[in-house]
Amino acid sequence: MALYEHIFLARQDVSAQQVEEMTTAFTEILTNLGGKVTKNEYWGVKTLSYRIRKNRKAHYSLLNIDAPHAAVAEMERQMGISEDVLRFMTIRVDELEEGPSAMMQKRDRDDDRGGRPDRGDRGDRFGGERRPRRF
Amino acid sequence: MAIRDLTTSQARRPFQRRRKTCPFSGPNAPKIDYKDVRLLQRYVSERGKIVPSRITAVSALKQRELARAIKRARFIGIMPYAVN
Repeated sequence: MALYEHIFLARQDVSAQQVEEMTTAFTEILTNLGGKVTKNEYWGVKTLSYRIRKNRKAHYSLLNIDAPHAAVAEMERQMGISEDVLRFMTIRVDELEEGPSAMMQKRDRDDDRGGRPDRGDRGDRFGGERRPRRF
Repeated sequence: MAIRDLTTSQARRPFQRRRKTCPFSGPNAPKIDYKDVRLLQRYVSERGKIVPSRITAVSALKQRELARAIKRARFIGIMPYAVN
């Protein structure tokens, strides 16, 4: 069976518990069609970089999936119908990651200001790197 | 500081710079992952545009991979398409 990473964004005004219910519902769709979910990560409510369907924030969930294509297609169809799902993305991967993803590892630092303050310091680094290369 | 080091080591040719190497090649290079915003953020400008590889010295192969990762991150809303 193929391996997929799947991320979906749920509307901001549903509760974390409802997101969990949605996750189990989608997991059920996959298992019923002969797939399985090897990891399920909830990233919490994150600020979007731009507005998606008039939402500024969204619940992020990541699923690591090992399922046949038909199961994934069915889950995506259901997600498209659901009003609470803002967006989803499925990516086929050669191997699924073990352990927490990059997003989970740096969340503690990211939370206080939504990742904003490091923007300035990155800009400096960029400027510093760029100047010597230019002529 | 870094610039002076370069010029003293290559005193014969004052305008030659040390070749930068690709940050994603070699041992313990970071893995390009669309979920790793902190890493990707280094390769976009303040405006949110992808920085060309001639500036960041990323190899052509890795630049393609990087661009793909940035575009995925943009789609799921964790990186901007454009800033203001």
